[in-house]
Amino acid sequence: MAEATAVAPELRPLVPHLTLGATREEDYLNGSVCKNCGTKYVGPRLFCGKCSSAGPFETVKLASTGELHVFTIIHQATPYVEAPYIAAIVDLDGGGSVNTNIVGIEPKPENLKFGMKLKMFTEKVSEDKEGNSYVAYRFTPA
Amino acid sequence: MREVVVLGAGLHRFGRFPDKSLQDLGREAIKNALEDSGVPFPDIEVAYVGRVLAGMGAGLNVVSEMGQTGIPVINIEMACGSSTSAFREAYLSVASGIYDTALVVGFEKMQRGMLQISEGTSFQSVMGLAVMPASYALQAQRYMADYGATPEMFAQVSVKSHKAGALNPYAQYQKETTLEEVMASRMIADPITLLQCSPTTDGASAVVICAAEKSAKYAAKRQMTVAGWATGSGRYERKGEGNAEGEADAETGSSEVERLSKQAYERAGIGPEDVDVTQVHDAFSPGEIFMAEGLGLVPKGEGARAVWEGRTEISGDIPINTDGGLLSRGHPIGATGAAMVTEIFRQLTGEAGPRQVKGGKARVGLIHNAGIGGVNILVFKR
Ligand SMILES: [Zn+2]
Repeated sequence: MAEATAVAPELRPLVPHLTLGATREEDYLNGSVCKNCGTKYVGPRLFCGKCSSAGPFETVKLASTGELHVFTIIHQATPYVEAPYIAAIVDLDGGGSVNTNIVGIEPKPENLKFGMKLKMFTEKVSEDKEGNSYVAYRFTPA
Repeated sequence: MREVVVLGAGLHRFGRFPDKSLQDLGREAIKNALEDSGVPFPDIEVAYVGRVLAGMGAGLNVVSEMGQTGIPVINIEMACGSSTSAFREAYLSVASGIYDTALVVGFEKMQRGMLQISEGTSFQSVMGLAVMPASYALQAQRYMADYGATPEMFAQVSVKSHKAGALNPYAQYQKETTLEEVMASRMIADPITLLQCSPTTDGASAVVICAAEKSAKYAAKRQMTVAGWATGSGRYERKGEGNAEGEADAETGSSEVERLSKQAYERAGIGPEDVDVTQVHDAFSPGEIFMAEGLGLVPKGEGARAVWEGRTEISGDIPINTDGGLLSRGHPIGATGAAMVTEIFRQLTGEAGPRQVKGGKARVGLIHNAGIGGVNILVFKR
């Protein structure tokens, strides 16, 4: 008898540059380094944005700590995030920059300083129709 | 390459027209441009159409309203920069000697609501990073910290735009606003409030161009010359910039504007000090400040103060967005670029009426129009 193959819901990273570990504490951002020119990227790449070569690329683990590069406070609610919230670009220690949210502090300009130290954490943020869960990363003050 | 001139331009008023079709909008803009130029439609040899949201083959559906003369109608898309891209392609086709006369068209009908980069369950949406002014706001925060600019200086861009829009019968908003009203409007992305965001707009624009050596027969009362242009997309610049979704792209894009405007000035044989009137892409208020600097009209870090001191007003020494810009004239994305060309044409031919800069003696006009993935710079001379 043929049975309908029920696919068990999975836990997935929301972006390919997030690698999931066995627990959320073991999640990390992955990157790639062009061996031709040394440029470091967030996530995988097939061709280098700087030197246009096909690498080769070495896959590396990116830091989970970094500094605040720029920020804004968004007051427009979205279907997924309650306003107001902090949108930011974080420069990771050792290279790579990511768009992200900063949480764990009141979203007020006076609480934010360019260059302030931040650390990453991951959490489940959404689900799709098939019941798969998605994990994303955010930052808090270190 | 041959010299190419603009003979005429025309618009359908920008605004919200739920009862009008794309054909209704486009037909009126094209008719106005043809009449303005003195070129009859059967003389048009090619049409380039900038449009974004209208679906397959929309360009032909609109242009053929004027007559089915068998010409090629080419659809061009570069988001908010579509109709300056269409203009450049039309220019190149005439300058190269392939065609003598060309029509440039831009049109759009937009849904109400904030302009969004992407929808769905993408990283940007789930993290709330797809809100359009966010990227401008990130840069504005940094700019305020670096140069001591204030939120009021960004808000002043909108006050100035509305003042110009009030003088433009084709503008979506023809009403002045005060600094208090702009500052008190709903905060979207700090420091950008609602009145510092371009609205969603319906509208159409059209421009007729011609080889200079063939233009005499059209008895056009006046014309302006395409003096220079540059176009390009961003170069790899910063650590970490790349293509991963969620990977940061932090810079203002003004370095790309610096590079391209230099190229355009060189082609035109001028420098930024020669520019009399400018149209820039102010989808959000920081746009005017960043681009005034990127185009070299003011030194880096002095754009906000230039706005605050009134230097970019119609009566100022570096007038910018004299028709109200994207903020007040409106931003029907595919139609915006050719509307910028239309305003520069009015200014350089001394036909801008109450919006006229420099007592009708403006000789050089400059345009910066940005789309997703690229920037178009155009320089015109009387
Ligand atoms: Zn490389």
